[in-house]
Order: sequence, then C-alpha cells, then structure tokens
Amino acid sequence: MKVAVCVYGAGNVRSVELALRRAGAEVVRAETSEDVRDADLAVLPGVGSAAAAMSGLRARGLDTALRDRVAVGRPTLGICLGLQLALHESEEDGGVDGLGLVPGRAVRLRGGRVPRIGWATVDPGSEAYWFAHSYAAETDAVTATSEGIPAVVEHGSFLGVQFHPEKSGAAGARFLERCLSRA
Amino acid sequence: MPLPRLIPCLDVAAGRVVKGVRFRGLRDVGDPVELGAAYSEAGADELVFLDITASVDARAAAVDVAARVAERVSIPFAYGGGVRSVDDASAVLEAGADKVSVNSAALARPQLIEELASALGTQAVVVAIDTENGRVRSHAATRDAERDIIAWARECEARGAGELLVTSIDRDGTRQGYDLELLERIGSSVSLPVIASGGAGNAAHVAAALDVAQAALLASILHERPARLVSLRDELRELGVPLRDAA
Repeated sequence: MKVAVCVYGAGNVRSVELALRRAGAEVVRAETSEDVRDADLAVLPGVGSAAAAMSGLRARGLDTALRDRVAVGRPTLGICLGLQLALHESEEDGGVDGLGLVPGRAVRLRGGRVPRIGWATVDPGSEAYWFAHSYAAETDAVTATSEGIPAVVEHGSFLGVQFHPEKSGAAGARFLERCLSRA
Repeated sequence: MPLPRLIPCLDVAAGRVVKGVRFRGLRDVGDPVELGAAYSEAGADELVFLDITASVDARAAAVDVAARVAERVSIPFAYGGGVRSVDDASAVLEAGADKVSVNSAALARPQLIEELASALGTQAVVVAIDTENGRVRSHAATRDAERDIIAWARECEARGAGELLVTSIDRDGTRQGYDLELLERIGSSVSLPVIASGGAGNAAHVAAALDVAQAALLASILHERPARLVSLRDELRELGVPLRDAA
C-alpha cells in the first residue's frame, strides 16, 4: 500500500507520515503531481490558513493532480484544513477558492470557544477524536458529526475528516487502518 | 464543547525531564520520550513540554525532543521555552509538535503572536500567562511585565492566540487548588479555550478547575508518575467529570 502525503508547506506532514507508517503504510512525501497521481491513497494534511495552503498546492501543481485523482475515483483523504480545501470555497482569509472536489464551503465556527480544541465523540460511532479548528464544512456530503459540527465528509472517492486521526491515539490509529484497508 | 482535557506538563532541560523547586536543585527524572509515552498510555489528553532553561541552543533541543516524541506518541503535544520567532516555531511543528507555547517573548514583542498565528494557524499558538498578586509576570515569573491580566488576555486573543495557559504563581506547588476566581475572570473575558495551571493538590481541585477552564495542566500532582494519572482519571470520573475513553 503506497500512500502519498502531499507536501505543500501547510501540513503537519511528519505527524501524518509517522501515523500512517504505524498503521502499516509505505509513505512517500508527494511534492509533484506524479507522486500524487500514482499512489494507492493520497492524503492531503493541513494546518494553518486556507489562502496560504491553496497557493502552496497551486505552486506545485498538486491541486490539478488531486482533482484528476478524484475524477477517476482514486481514494483521497483530506485531514482538517485538507478537508476544508476540498470544498468549493472557504470564507477564511476574506474568501478563498478551494479545490472543488466536494460541493460546499468552509464557514467559521459560531458559538462555543474558538478555536475548538480537544477530544470529542464522532456520531455515528462512539470513538472520540482530537479536533483543532476554527472553520468547518458546510455541505450536503456530511456523513458524521461531532456535537452537531461536520466531522466526516464523503463525496465520490474523497473522504474528509475534520479531526486529526494522526493525533487521536488508539482511535485515530484504528481509523487510519480502516482507511488503508478500504483504499 | 469538546471533553475536558488533562495535560501533564514535563519540564525539560538539555533534552531530559527535570524536577526542581522554582528552578533550583534540578534533578534528572527521565527521558521525555519515555515519560511522554507513559503518560499517553495512562490516558493523557495532550502533553506539554516546557524547556525551563531556554538556553541559547533551545531551538535545537526543542526540535530534537519534538522529533523523538512524535515518533512514539500519537496524541497532541505543545512545546514551550525558547520559541522566539516563526522560524523557531515552524521547526518545532515540522518535527511533529502541534502547538508552541510562548510567554516572555510575546510580552517583549506582542507582534510575535500575530506572526505565529498567520504562519501556523491560531490553533498552534498557546500564550502562557504567569500571574502573581494580580500582575502578569515574565522571565520565568522573575519580573513584573507591567500589564493588567485581563487586558493582556484580551490582547493575546485579538492578536491571534489559540489558547491561554494561565498559571497562578501564587498557587504553583502549594497543592491548595487552582485560582478559580482568576480562571473565571479570564475565561469570561475571552472566547478562547483556557488551560488552568498552578495549585492542583487533589482530584477535587482538578474537577473544580475543569468547571471554569477547558483543560487542566498537571505538574507536581503527578510527581512524574504515570500511574498517578490513571488513578486521578478514575477519581475525576467518580466526581462526574466526563473524560474520554483512551483505550
């Protein structure tokens, strides 16, 4: 199982890489569109701001490579900001165009303490995962929520999670193992 | 709101976990990776590593510890001490840490908070606020920062802090309980998560802190004994605190 982790200047790449290795994957750091196209599973990690992240993806041609993958049904996983970037747009940074892999937009969290940081249960299911975000997906493609906030988004071959499986201990490891066995 | 968090804090000097009273008589109590992994297995929700020497080569030490911890531990952790620039912080995060904690460097140059938030995202920026006698302290609480606590907390939020780590120096190490009035005042002045620190002596103290703050930093109450975290979690559950199931 060859997994490409997109390297574009806005991800906690090493943490994601280490967690995927622990789950049994062969991981490559993908900095070119070829790396992204060829992998069994492509992972778009992401922390930080949407505008900087999108320009990092475009500068390396990874935006097109990700669209091509998803268009032909190849498994692709977006984590946190990586999920938000997959949408059509984000209201972060005064409005940013996303990859458009999933219809919808990223909107700022309203209510509660923001950033929303900590462990929370994802429903359906009983496992708690670690979240750290100020924006969330607004889309019809939501398949699981956490305290009413979109936690999992699925559209075609794209799977996006708002939480950080790579930082979610044993529950996160189980999630990544499931992703690998599905891909 | 996410579940209340328990965050063991490990003081680090020259790449080792140390223990001492107010920075004196430092004693080596173990390897940060081994202790961090043991706390993670004992049910810690996050970890904080704090370089209490913040020496000239603090950045290299921070990157080394962060890189080694990330290989073993799959829960979030923050690194504090010696982070003075975006470059410092980026290096620590690239190694595998999730957050950096800044204190004196932010007081000396508050613009640093904005720079970190813009480069790394607000969720990665913890501002540690040490308080004593109603005043903000800097430089390991040795100097008066000449700032009002609430005004500084609000300024941190406005500049892009993601969390506030609020330590009562008055209570630190006393085991008489957290300064709940201080935590409540800060918590109602900002909409950021607040991490309570200083004064934990028993489970009831921690439960009371988690009523007014979103997380509790645990230092001397654990005595570098991960087994104490296991029993503390059980006691907190009995007091009705909803903790995550870490299995």
